[in-house]
Amino acid sequence: MLEIGLAHYLTVAAILFTLGIFGIFLNRKNVIIIMMSIELMLLAVNINLVAFSVFLGDLTGQIFAMLVLTVAAAEAAIGLAILVVYFRNRGSIAVEDINLMKG
Amino acid sequence: MIIQALAFYVFAAIAIASGVMVVTSRNPVHSVLYLILAFFNAAALFVLIGAEFIAMILIVVYVGAVAVLFLFVVMMLDINFVELRQGFMRYMPIGALIGLVLLAELVFVGGAWTFSGEATQVMLAKTPEIAAVHNTEAIGNLMYTRYVYLFQAAGLVLLVAMIGAIVLTHRQRDGVRKQRIGAQIAVRREDVVEVVKVTKGGGV
Repeated sequence: MLEIGLAHYLTVAAILFTLGIFGIFLNRKNVIIIMMSIELMLLAVNINLVAFSVFLGDLTGQIFAMLVLTVAAAEAAIGLAILVVYFRNRGSIAVEDINLMKG
Repeated sequence: MIIQALAFYVFAAIAIASGVMVVTSRNPVHSVLYLILAFFNAAALFVLIGAEFIAMILIVVYVGAVAVLFLFVVMMLDINFVELRQGFMRYMPIGALIGLVLLAELVFVGGAWTFSGEATQVMLAKTPEIAAVHNTEAIGNLMYTRYVYLFQAAGLVLLVAMIGAIVLTHRQRDGVRKQRIGAQIAVRREDVVEVVKVTKGGGV
């Protein structure tokens, strides 16, 4: 219990990942919160990568965590840009209306 | 050892609690602030196991860039958030169900899992002794040598994201009076000055 090991970090990451999934289902209308949930899930992935990297003694996991971080930042930038354009066109960010754009 | 364990539990508890607040908070501004808190605590967890470079990058990139971007967007758009929260309670049971199923699956995976015997022999880049090379230097040594192409690719991803965001949000607005220096310089005398021959007593 007092010896912090890999299992502790994996548990935290699992809970954070589940919270991200939960948030996506809970806030089905609000794209901003959905994107924050995705960020939370990516954070959980990073915790997993770094924990395995440290407890196995292999640095590659931390390099990979940095790449995940980069992609997460790019995803947030593009997602928010799309959100701003969508809001400018429709005056709302309700996800349910987005399917009106097809066809 | 006990202090490390205590710090781990405190940081983990705060990270999870702020994660809960991110998804259940009424006001999206509060959600963003709780997200920042979660990132800070995750960074503290990274520092605890000695991955300090990733921790600092997490704070710089997530708190300094991504979360501030979220804050900008939340505050810039004039959104009726009360309307967006309708159906919150309706989706709660299905969301909780799927979350619980997923968590149970993760627990099963975590419980029935061990390192294989040769896991320590097949590693790609062994972490050097912390007394010889510290974490940031070791990551730099690896990143700029073996993974330099991945590093460049990450830079390209960021470049494309930047260009994409600018292209998406840039717009040409009508009715804006701007100075067009090129047009000003290109003006010739005969375009703007007209010499009129005035006859006496005839007026212009």
